Order: sequence, then C-alpha cells, then structure tokens
Amino acid sequence: MAKVHVTTTINGEPMEFLCEPSDTMLDALRGPLGLTGSKEGCASGDCGACSITIDDRLVCSCLMLAVESEGHEIRTIEGLAQGERLHPLQQKFLEMAALQCGICTSGMLVASDALLKKNPDPSEEEVRFWLAGNLCRCTGYDKIVRAVMETAAEMRAH
Amino acid sequence: MNLVTNNKWIGQRTIRPDGMDKVTGRAQFAADTTMPGMIWGKVLRSPHPHARIRSIDTSKAEKLPGVKAVVTSKDIVDFPIEKGAVMLGIQDMRWMCRNVMARDKALFPGHPIAAVAATTEAIAEEACKLIEVDYEVLPWSIEIDDALKLDAPILHEFNKFDGKPSNIVGRLEHKKGDIAEGFKKADIVIERTFTTRPVHQGYIEPHACLISVAPDGKTTIWSSSQGQFMVRAMTAYLTGIPQSDIRAIPAEIGGGFGGKTIVYLEPLATLLAKKSGRPVKMVMTREEVMRATGPTSGSKSTVKIGATKDGKIVAAHGTFYLQAGAFPGSPIRGAAGCSFTPYDIPNLLSEGYDVCSNRSKVAAYRAPGAPIGAYAVECVLDEVAEALKMDPLDFRLKNAAKEGTKAAHGPVFPRIGYVETVEAAKASPHYAAPLGDGNGKLRGRGVASGFWFNAGGESSAQVNITEDGNVVVTTGHPDIGGSRAGIANICAELLGIDYRRVSVIIGDTQTVGFSNLTGGSRVLFASSMVVTQSTEKIIQTLRERAAKIWEIDPEAVKWENGAAHPASPNAGQFEPLTLEELAEKAPAMGGPIGAGVQLNTQGADGGFGTHVCDVEVDVDLGIARVIRYTAVQDVGRAIHPGYVEGQLQGGVAQGIGWALNEEYIYTKEGKVDNPGFLDYRMPVCSDLPMIDCIMVEIPNPKHPQGVKGVGEVPLVPVMAAVANAIYNALGKRFYALPMSPPKVLEKLEAPMQEAAE
Repeated sequence: MAKVHVTTTINGEPMEFLCEPSDTMLDALRGPLGLTGSKEGCASGDCGACSITIDDRLVCSCLMLAVESEGHEIRTIEGLAQGERLHPLQQKFLEMAALQCGICTSGMLVASDALLKKNPDPSEEEVRFWLAGNLCRCTGYDKIVRAVMETAAEMRAH
Repeated sequence: MNLVTNNKWIGQRTIRPDGMDKVTGRAQFAADTTMPGMIWGKVLRSPHPHARIRSIDTSKAEKLPGVKAVVTSKDIVDFPIEKGAVMLGIQDMRWMCRNVMARDKALFPGHPIAAVAATTEAIAEEACKLIEVDYEVLPWSIEIDDALKLDAPILHEFNKFDGKPSNIVGRLEHKKGDIAEGFKKADIVIERTFTTRPVHQGYIEPHACLISVAPDGKTTIWSSSQGQFMVRAMTAYLTGIPQSDIRAIPAEIGGGFGGKTIVYLEPLATLLAKKSGRPVKMVMTREEVMRATGPTSGSKSTVKIGATKDGKIVAAHGTFYLQAGAFPGSPIRGAAGCSFTPYDIPNLLSEGYDVCSNRSKVAAYRAPGAPIGAYAVECVLDEVAEALKMDPLDFRLKNAAKEGTKAAHGPVFPRIGYVETVEAAKASPHYAAPLGDGNGKLRGRGVASGFWFNAGGESSAQVNITEDGNVVVTTGHPDIGGSRAGIANICAELLGIDYRRVSVIIGDTQTVGFSNLTGGSRVLFASSMVVTQSTEKIIQTLRERAAKIWEIDPEAVKWENGAAHPASPNAGQFEPLTLEELAEKAPAMGGPIGAGVQLNTQGADGGFGTHVCDVEVDVDLGIARVIRYTAVQDVGRAIHPGYVEGQLQGGVAQGIGWALNEEYIYTKEGKVDNPGFLDYRMPVCSDLPMIDCIMVEIPNPKHPQGVKGVGEVPLVPVMAAVANAIYNALGKRFYALPMSPPKVLEKLEAPMQEAAE
C-alpha cells in the first residue's frame, strides 16, 4: 500500500501530504491535513457540506481525488477569513442568524463566496439555484439567501 | 413571577456564542476529533428484513491483520423481555439493547449484527465481510396493512393483542363526551382515510462518536447527540460500566430533529474500545443513517368530523395507526393527543395504534406523531368548512380552544394563544393578497393549524462570575437551534451587562448536573428557568457583598445596569460597585461568586400555530411548488427573534419536503431503495420561497421570561396546509403523501376514476 506524495497549495500556503490513491480530497483535508471545517454529510456529492474550490472552481471535495490537487490551488472554509477579519459573508451569516446547527455552514459559505466572485449582483433566484447543491435541514434557507444577497449588496457598495 | 419588561437584550438579535466557530470551520462536531492511538469501528448489518440468527462466527474476522476487537450481542447487557420494562425516559431498554445489536432475530435490513474495530476503516469493513452469519430467513412485512393481516409474520411472538399474537404493540385513546350521541347532532359528517410514508429527520451530520475506555474503566465519550446524559445512561445500561465512570462530552451537533435522542453507536464503540484497549471512532455513512436510524412512522389515519350547519363541530373520531418499525414505540401520543387539540370539541374519541413491522425502529421527529395526525384532521376540517361554505379560518375560529377549554388528553387550558394565531393569519398581508396569475400553472391557497404539548423536565445550570467580572454559564442541553444565544440574552438582561460578556457553554456529564434531553421544545423554557434562578442568586450575593462594603443592609442595595447601587437616598451616598469591582474584591469578601440550580421544571404551556400556504401546480409535469408561505405561531416570548423565526422556517421547510417529495421507498426484497440524498429528495434552496413568520407573543405566565417552546409546532400544520392548497389549485383532493410529481400526474390523468368515487 504505497502512499502517494502530493504537493499542492491550500488556502494560499504550500502544502505536502501523503494519501492513498483512492482517498478523496475530503479524506485528505479531514485526515492528514487536519482541516475538519469541510464536513462529510453524504460522500456522494449531494449535500455540499464538503464544498471547496480548486483554482476558484466550486467542487464537492468528496467527489474529487486527493491526488487531483497536485499543483493546484485549493481553498477551504479555513481560508475564508483573513486572519482575525471575517469575510463579509461570515459576518452577515452571524448577524442574520443564517445558521443553526452549523454543519452545512462551511459549505454554504464556500459556495456563496464562489457565487459572489462570479456574480456580484445575484438575483434571489440565482442565489437559490447556485446554492441548490448545499443542503440545509435547519433554516429553510430563508435567512441564508437573505444573508448572501445582503452581503452582495454591501460588497458592491464598498 | 416577575416578567421582565424593560429589555436591553431579551428580544434582540444578538450574535450567537457558538457562531464564530461555526462560520470559520472551527466548531468541533463528533466526527472532527481524534485521539492518540485511535482505531476505527464498523458495523456488520443484516441484509434481511426478518431472520432468525442461528449462529455468528467471527473467527475469520478476528484473525485478519489489523483487527483489534469484535463484538456481538453476547457482549451487550441483555434486558430479558419477560422481566418487564426498564424505562429510560420514553425508551424501554429491552428494545434498546436489541436495537443496537440484534439478539435472536434481525428485524430490519440494516439491523446491526456485529461490530469490528481495526486500525483502518478499510480493514474494519473487510473484517465485517469475513463474519459468517447463519440466518433462517423469515417472512416479513413493512406496510401497516401487511403487518395487520391475520397471517402476517409476527415480529415479537410474546406480544398479544385481543388475546392473539399481533404486531399491534400498543394502543392509547383520549375520550371526551360521547361520539355516537355527538354525531347524531351533526348536519354534516365527513370521514376520510389518509396515508403518509416514513420520512427521515434528515440531519446533515451522520451519527458519530469517539470513545476511549482507560484500563481502569474510566470512559470518555465524545459524540453527537441530543443529550449527553441520555448517552451516558444508555451506554452504562448496555455495557455495565457505572455512570460515574462515563464522561459523555457533547460535541457540536449537526442537526437532530429528534433523531439523536437515542444511541446507536456509543455502546458498540465503548465495548470495542474496552476490548481493544484503544480509542475507537465510529462514523455512519449516509446509507447507514437512512437504513438503520430514524425515520418517523409511516401512517394510516381515519378521521371523521361532524358539524352543525352553523359551523360548530359536535363530534370527531380519529384512528391513527403508526408504524413503529422493529420495536414498540411509535409516537401515537402525539398523533392521538395533539391532532384535535386546537379545537373545542364536545364529543371526541382519538385512538392511536402502535404497529411493529420490519423496518428500522422509529425515532422521534419534531413534534413526534403530531404532524401525521394534524395532516388528517386539518384536511378533513378543510372539507367540512368547504361543505359549510365557511372560510376555513373562520371555521377554525368558531371552534377554537381557548382558556378554560378541556383538552381530551387531560389539561384544562390556561391562557393560550391559538385564537390569536388564527386572527393573525386572517389579518396577514398574505391571506389578503390575490393568488395571482400562474401563467398556465394552477394556483391555490390552503390553511391549517397545529398543536404540540411542549415540555419541561430536568435542567441544571451553573453560573460563575470570572475573576475579571465576566460571566460563564454552563447548561446541560446540546444546542441545536440557538439556545445558547437565548441564554446569553437572558443572563445579560438580568445582570444588566453587555451580552458579549456572557459566555454560554454546554457542560459534559461530569461537569454539570443532570439535564434531560434536548427535545420536546423544552430547552430554552427549562434552561432559562435554572439560569434565571442561578443568576438571581448571584445578584443576591453581589448585593450582599456591596452591602458589606458599604456597611448597610443588603435590602438597601439594588442591582441595576451591571452594578450595585444604594436602593434609595435613605440608604446612603455611595458610588456604584460594578460587577468587575465586586469580582475583584471577591477573594477578600467571602470568596468566589457563582450559583447553580437544578430543577424538574414545570409549567410548559403547549404551543399553537396557524399556517397559510400558496402553491403553484404545473399540470403537465405534476410538479407542485410552494410559492408563498406564512407561519403564524404563539411563541410565548421571542428571546432571540432570529432563532425563533429560524425554528419556524426550518420546520416549514421540513413539512414541505414531507408533503411534496420525501418518502422511504422499498424494494420488493424489503430494503430501503433510496438511502441517499439524491433519491431521498429533501427540499433544496431552489425548491422553496422565503418563509414569512408572524410571531404572536402571549407570554407564558408560569415562566420568568414568558417562554414557550417553539421548535416543534412549526412542522405540525404544514402537510395539511400544502394539501389544502393543492386542492384549492386543482379541485382534487389527495389523501396520501407525498404529493410528488408522479402521484400528482396520476391523479390529474384519472378524471374518470375521480368522478366515479
């Protein structure tokens, strides 16, 4: 069982790790890399709790092999805040009660951030369809959608 | 009790204490932790719906390199059936010991047969495959009708109903007046039969635990549950380890909705850890969650309601059959006890039947049983109102329970807010708005109401003043919906300090006093009672300390805005002593400042809600969508309105899923055919509209802040509101859930059959 050596960039920092060829990126993040902010809700790409970006593309890390990160740039929930300064989405989620249990929150924030990078002025419908791959069982999505739209409005104003 | 009236923090949308960790990915859920030397546990599960276990041979698995321990039912403490019930809360340990590991029989596909711990997950899985089980496969039944047939295979041979072996394992009834006499007075009587499918709680976090058993037997459990004390007690019962040796630490919980009020993995991981001498981690896959945990009951309900021409309900009869799954315990109390409760009905019989069949044991799901019963009752009420040509809300108002009404399940109501919810729904912008043009799709509006008991029970809290004059509150209930935020608001309010100076944490079983489950919509109700009393004790201490410093009578000191002040000019002229100053002086003035209170809380009033739902149905595709929704609820007092609204919105979303899509589908071999989120279709963001909330606040007079439980009521009316809206859109009634596209199409394409009925 020879492990594979992978060199990648995670949240802006060069990183190396060893993994099984069959390990998913989520396995690597939560295992050797110790980044447990990405959650496993289904392992089949249906819940979005493990959402990350690879070279700014939003993916479910449970559907990506860890070895595929070689030479690429990975971003996870742990890289969303800049040091002590929260990302405006994180701040707005807190202010607007856009989370309850918090298990989907990492994925929601990563996905919302990816949306606002592509589309700084999304309609409610665009937010809803973009986040359709991120299941939340607690909130009914209302406050999440409002928080994303309000963050977008504030970010446009600044 | 004094109701706090001038508020700085109660009613404010403060930032939740656990929020920062959750938006940064730092919050520690059950699967996020590791321990040195940790190994992995996996469960071998029955492939059969019903089979006698003749023998289990684990020898090959034990020899596999990397395997450290194997356990079977022989390792689990037995609670013999003939010795009678051993209850822990509402759970009978006789069933729990057989649910966590099959003993003589496997009763559903997914029923644990054995568990293995190995150095990797892959080896543990491989070892499970090497376990040889000799099954005698038995006939099985899953659906209620099948389980009630005369020749149905009986799951529990000891059980008798009407003197014969039966799958009916329980019955209860609530009775008021005489229904035969009542129905005679009715001008109109409508009777309908409804079915609902099993649906899963659908928490996104699978069950997980990490457990260490030290050589001296001291056990540490890190797990996701709705009650660390429940985890400790059940694990103690099932492993024989005394409770004093088990420290159950509540991890952040990634959703529960009732489904994490029992244990599945903890006793197995504890035994594996004990046998192997290594910490053991177990995490369920989504498929295991769907096959072996939850869901709530499928059901078959018949409801008959009689009313006079002037719109008065004179009699009602409800019969609710609920699927318990493998072991007794379906929520018939909620179905039979809640469904008619919003109404003052003079003659009522409400019966519940608990039916065992070969699927996973039912677990609580948000107002257990009540949504199932309300679906049937509220749909029949809609038909009665229509037949009487009455507005459905006026019909409900005319029959509404109010202060002094005797509910069939026992209580005479104190001041309740049901009428106010109906009036608020009627006065809402939503109810007044035209439905609008569906652009080819058909639109309709429906309403429904619901009730849930709510609960009090045991809670403990410790409030400590830190040396620098801030506050740490420890309570004993896992926080799933934002209860820590509510507690911070209340404690800050009482002390008159900024809420950010109050840190609220959930203690583990060895650091805080016994606190019952997070369930029954009890947590903020109960924990704010013990926190209030603890904080009041602290304020008394602070006044005494200030009095001592000022050399005046403690009665002459008042506590205001975070400081002690002379109560009146007569008491003397003194500069206020702040919480910080008093904390600093504490060592010299009598020692640390803190107080703990433990209570079996009483006085939880039931909760009522009334919902308005608009749907749009695509008649070509059969897709029904909810396009507008308003949930009105008597919330007592909204301590943190953001999280109260969150409860309402989340409950509604679950109900819309239950109404329109969610269902367990079984193969002809009796196995769940959709054990994943792709095929078990919960609402996603693009399925739902915004969910408007109207919070009616009728404070609970028996609670210091007026709190009523709010978490469960919001699921109760939803399926009926959606069903009634679909009828309003299509002119056809559905008597079965879910109203998913294939079923809507089937109905739309069968006009002849409909006309013939």
